[in-house]
Amino acid sequence: MAINKHKNILDYTLQSLLRRKFKNTGIILVFTFIIFAVSSIILLSYSLKKEAGMLLKYSPEIIVQKILAGRHELISTKIKNEIMGIPGVSKVEPRYWGYYYDSGVRANYTIIGIGVSGIENNRLIKGRMPSANEKNAAAIGREIADARIIKKDIGDSLNLQNSEGRWMEFKIVGIFESDSEILTADLIIISESAFKSLVGMPEDTATDLAVRVANETEIPTAARKIKELFPYSRPILRDEVIRTYDAVFGWRSGLILAMFAGALAAFIILAWDKATGLSAEEKQEIGILKAIGWETSDILEMKFWEGLVISLTSFMCGLILAYLHIFLLDGFLFAPALKGWSVIYPHFNLAPFIDFYQIAILMAITVLPYIASTIIPSWKASITDPDTVMRG
Amino acid sequence: MFLHPGIIALTLGSVIVLLLVFFASALGIKIIRRWDIKSSSEEQLMLERKTYLVSTLVQYALLFEVVSIFLFIYTAEDIHTLLAGAMCATGSLNANPFGFPALYAKIAVFFTAASWIAVNHLDNKAEDYPLIKMKYKLLLAALVLLITEFILQFLYFLKIEPDVITSCCGVMFSEKGKGIASSLASFPPLPAMILFYSLFAVTTATGAAAYKQQRKPFTYLLSIFTFMFFIFSIAAIISFISLYFYQLPTHHCPFDILQKEYYYIGYPLYAFLFAGSFLGIMAGVVERFKKIPSMNRIIPAAQKRWALYSIIFLTIFTLIASAPIILLPFRLY
Repeated sequence: MAINKHKNILDYTLQSLLRRKFKNTGIILVFTFIIFAVSSIILLSYSLKKEAGMLLKYSPEIIVQKILAGRHELISTKIKNEIMGIPGVSKVEPRYWGYYYDSGVRANYTIIGIGVSGIENNRLIKGRMPSANEKNAAAIGREIADARIIKKDIGDSLNLQNSEGRWMEFKIVGIFESDSEILTADLIIISESAFKSLVGMPEDTATDLAVRVANETEIPTAARKIKELFPYSRPILRDEVIRTYDAVFGWRSGLILAMFAGALAAFIILAWDKATGLSAEEKQEIGILKAIGWETSDILEMKFWEGLVISLTSFMCGLILAYLHIFLLDGFLFAPALKGWSVIYPHFNLAPFIDFYQIAILMAITVLPYIASTIIPSWKASITDPDTVMRG
Repeated sequence: MFLHPGIIALTLGSVIVLLLVFFASALGIKIIRRWDIKSSSEEQLMLERKTYLVSTLVQYALLFEVVSIFLFIYTAEDIHTLLAGAMCATGSLNANPFGFPALYAKIAVFFTAASWIAVNHLDNKAEDYPLIKMKYKLLLAALVLLITEFILQFLYFLKIEPDVITSCCGVMFSEKGKGIASSLASFPPLPAMILFYSLFAVTTATGAAAYKQQRKPFTYLLSIFTFMFFIFSIAAIISFISLYFYQLPTHHCPFDILQKEYYYIGYPLYAFLFAGSFLGIMAGVVERFKKIPSMNRIIPAAQKRWALYSIIFLTIFTLIASAPIILLPFRLY
């Protein structure tokens, strides 16, 4: 009985919405656009966050950099043994990496030189990794392979200009597959010695040192001891890197959201205005409903359904469009604002990630203000006096 | 650290709810002062129409409060990664002295708004709106609570500083020795278990009594026992129920059970606990309205219904809470 009544009111609401297609489609379109924009930002920032977290899970517990006059400097590999002496440290490894600007495709590559121990996480490669002593072998990311005018494949050669201007030829022995896009898209891996001669790095130095600490609770202590032993060093903890990424993505997406606040406010005013400005026809309709026995609370319920239908329709459309935009079209509209790091990625896919929390945030930012702005106009409509309206 | 999507959503939501309830309270004050059921003046008619607006406003506000409690916990969960030493939502809420008070204020607002809707429901059933003035005074109390909640939440988010890498030195271990207390002090599990199940038995027994006879000692006792049961259930979740869900003897977080990893079991768990406790408490609270002539048939019917639902909901809650103790392999003793 009781449920039937609500069903009938909903049914009536849907029909009355359809009768005023033009006005309602306008609202839905604008609202869908707002929700699309806001959802895109939230979806993109959360999947970037997730992606960063997943990648950093395998990074070393502590990275030791040398700081000179506040700038990152090459670190001496001779301090390796002293760091190994700190209790709790299980492994110290020099890392060799840098950026290479390729004027041909106008993109920055990340170049890593691998030493004897190689790179642990190499299961994503097609072909093989270059070994430590190979002078002219390279493994490259899928995007570099595709970005060159002549597409590269295993067995082809790749020419890079060294610090003295001479060309060095590398044979491509492996290509990273696309699952690990964000990490490997722009990556070139060569051997340690090839890296040193490519960039002209002096012997006994490295870009930074990766320090492995087996026991999680010993990480801060080990980092403090490194700082005490080498005051010029800057130990960076993995947790801090993850935290910084989280903060940056949260802050960036918040900033863009705040910029959208103006658009949202404009929409709320529009919704308020549309809900307040009842046409004579609508007023008459409510008057007739009341005259045939609808109560004020029934009209309020009808208006409630109306708001719910409009906002949920727009919400679904907006969210689905945003999902397509972010995960199929790579978020081309907002990605530059959120990614914002200096390396150019021609293309990368994000793993779709969406949860209740994001939907709750989106609801609170979009649907709630809309519903709230229509309460008072709905009530005004519901107390319409049938007598005055029908007399016109 | 205000520019976080979750924080923006919560603050925006709170501002809107505050506006709604503020507006409703302004109407409420007018109604308290001018209400005269016997009058058939234009003004009285308008006031009667405005009561619809007030109840709609409060219903929407309540709806958002429910969402807001979970959104708040989720946001605390989400920002724990920004705070050194915080392992879950508990750690984030402990990050400054406003976190837990803000959560308590939210729960208080939830109960107040829900009781307002219950009282309103009863009041609308009687011919002469006997509870109208009391109802609007309750609304003013809700407004005060809501303002408190808003301020606490605002201060909480304002005072949170993420521990991120600074340019001079990557490490902040020198500044903070221990980080944030990540766990809640908890009751020893065995006594907590005994107390929890005996309290449950007593509560359902008084509930059954109140269901049979809606008379004074029973309904009041039901109120008192459900209230005690509510408080103690929260303590029990922290003390031992959570341990069985996580299958870990050390993890006492009452919020992680809301996560996907635990199949969102926290939602039904808390929903049944809150609903059951609320209805049980209300059954006693409305006892004193029985004296009002137009209410003397409405109240017992409501009490009977509420007592029944209260027992059912609390039983479901206890079953969910006990399921991992019985079914899963983890053993504390």
